[in-house]
Amino acid sequence: MSADVELDHVTIRFGDFTAVDDANLRIEEGEFFSFLGPSGCGKTTILRAVSGFLDPTEGEVRIGGRNMRGIGPNKRPTALIFQNLALFPLMSVADNIAFGLEVRGISKFERRKRADELLNLIALPEQAEKLVTALSGGQRQRVAIARALAVEPEVLLLDEPLSALDLKLRQHMRTELRAIQRRVGITFIYITHDQGEALTMSDRIAVMSQGIIQQVGDGSAIYNDPATAFVASFVGENNPFHGHVTDADDQRAVIDTKFGRLQGRNHQGLSAGDKAILFVRPEALSLANGAAADGNTIESVVVNQEFEGQFVKVYLAGEGPKPIGLSMTNDGSASLPEVGETVRVGFDPERATMLPVGELADE
Amino acid sequence: MSDFIVLFLAVLLALLIKPFAEKHAQAIWSGISSIHFVQRNGVVLSAYLIFSVLAWAIFMIILPQLYMVDFSFRHNLPFNEVGGPGDTWTLDNYQYLLFGREGDTEAMNWLHLKVFFKTILVSALVTLFDLAICYPIAYYMGQVAVGGKARLMFLCLLIPFWVNEILRAFAFRILFGTSGVINSVLIGTGVIDEGIDFLRADVGLYAGLSYAYILLMIFPLYNAIESLDHNQVEAARDLGSPWWRIHLRVVVPHAKPGIASGSTMVFMLTAGALAAPQILGGPSSLWFTQIIYDWFFTGLNWPQGSAYAFVLLATCIVFVMTIMRIFNVRFGEIAK
Ligand SMILES: Nc1ncnc2c1ncn2[C@@H]1O[C@H](COP(=O)(O)OP(=O)(O)O)[C@@H](O)[C@H]1O
Ligand SMILES: [Mg+2]
Repeated sequence: MSADVELDHVTIRFGDFTAVDDANLRIEEGEFFSFLGPSGCGKTTILRAVSGFLDPTEGEVRIGGRNMRGIGPNKRPTALIFQNLALFPLMSVADNIAFGLEVRGISKFERRKRADELLNLIALPEQAEKLVTALSGGQRQRVAIARALAVEPEVLLLDEPLSALDLKLRQHMRTELRAIQRRVGITFIYITHDQGEALTMSDRIAVMSQGIIQQVGDGSAIYNDPATAFVASFVGENNPFHGHVTDADDQRAVIDTKFGRLQGRNHQGLSAGDKAILFVRPEALSLANGAAADGNTIESVVVNQEFEGQFVKVYLAGEGPKPIGLSMTNDGSASLPEVGETVRVGFDPERATMLPVGELADE
Repeated sequence: MSDFIVLFLAVLLALLIKPFAEKHAQAIWSGISSIHFVQRNGVVLSAYLIFSVLAWAIFMIILPQLYMVDFSFRHNLPFNEVGGPGDTWTLDNYQYLLFGREGDTEAMNWLHLKVFFKTILVSALVTLFDLAICYPIAYYMGQVAVGGKARLMFLCLLIPFWVNEILRAFAFRILFGTSGVINSVLIGTGVIDEGIDFLRADVGLYAGLSYAYILLMIFPLYNAIESLDHNQVEAARDLGSPWWRIHLRVVVPHAKPGIASGSTMVFMLTAGALAAPQILGGPSSLWFTQIIYDWFFTGLNWPQGSAYAFVLLATCIVFVMTIMRIFNVRFGEIAK
């Protein structure tokens, strides 16, 4: 069983502080949906409103079409995996997993059978009798997933569940979580501040900043076609060029920057005179040799260089203190510019995005 | 004369030790400073800590208690016969509690035994009652109240206990007396026509005992419950648990050491209470400590009093250990 989740003009305030501001979206049945945003942007707050620990100040949360206002977390078809897992340390692994079934009055025999099935699902057989405190971080992680799945929720909510794990394990668990979601087929709502996690696992992502949902879309839409300056600067690396729009139609716009006039896509409908930022990703920039430049180029001094194996990162002096990053494939052919050398780099206007000025994500 | 011998032996001992100590001073010194405890606290502080803890344990606890144990196995002799040929060890004092004197009309000393069992039983009930009252308060302060509110509640609980025990007990007399506050209110509002003698019915005593040591229940309970990660309560709720099962399966198991240490203290102190029973006890009711008190100060029979006191102490310890065994609490846990 699986259900869709709708946020309908959801606003959540704590006193004067607005933690979530007019969120509207619909998460489909069986979807792996992520909320991505920096710490403190209101992700957990949204999740608590879906799981029932708080009701929105305004608006409605609907699960399977039903308004959830006033329905407590123990009565909702959701299960939440806490940021710190919140396993019961005094119970065995099996008792942890079967807790939700115990609550539902299911017999000891049935509970044990179900716990064993789930332990197989999470690839932890034979560990049923151990105390959860005797497990490793990754194993605990899986027990928390099994405990939540045991109650057969229609929607599984996960609050940064991988943040406590080390890098290797985190990457492994990404694949595993996605696989588990495919197998059980229920709706997953996943919260993270790690864009890598969001991009690799999710069907769709909502990017949040300061309580506001900035953009909802699949990974490639968010990466290739960001809707706001925040999304462009938060997801992946991006080089911003500030300026005024001098010329625009519904496809392209030209912006007057510190480095001269530059061109990019105009999907957000900017018009001449608007203050804007042009975003160009490091991999979209390339060395434009000599005079072959067609006008969409930047001239600047190389300030740094990092060799990364497959790629070489070249940094040029930027418009502010932050350098312009340029990522070159290390194919052995191109000669790399030296630090201190002045170079000219260019980009395809189709791979640059013009956006209205707005808050940038600080690194 | 004997003083002189002690002094002489001490000097002799010092002289004997001196060459040895000088020869091995280096080794002793490095031995001492290699002990982890000493390394952490420094020589002076560790010496002070060890000395004071030992002195406290030996002089304040072990020696006086050993004296009392010794007392309890002796006859009650007039001063000039102490140390004489009649000063032998005996079980008479313990026997008396069970069987009374030979030639008494009854086989058993029911008068004292009844008081004894009543003391244990009522103390256990008072402990349960305090636990029932304190658990919700401690849960509220430890898991629900945020910031300043919990601290304010603490103050409200604490300040009444600045008033000493005797004054508090007398205040309860005024509250529960035949013409006391409660009766006046009840009569005044027409609920009853005639004052109820709460003190004769021991209501005042039970209330006073419950109140006397209630803080010793609150504090350990609060400490234990406060340390529970609130996410666990929420996780249980999220998995569909009703509130009572959350307490049964998550909060109480976590708070068990606190419950055990609070209950132990309240039980021990209630069973050993003297002021509240003296002041609030009805005319016909006795608390076992009152009998002990009488042996010491009215009967001037210290051996008999010591024996009674030790029976009470031993029974309380056995009782507490049994309960802890039943509820599977390890002894180390209650000190957490
Ligand atoms: N119960 C609360 N009372 C007051 N402020 C809160 C409460 N819960 C969250 N906040 C505030 O709301 C904002 C969003 O919090 P949260 O949703 O936890 O962020 P995230 O999970 O994205 O890191 C934060 O600024 C936080 O301080
Ligand atoms: Mg959070």
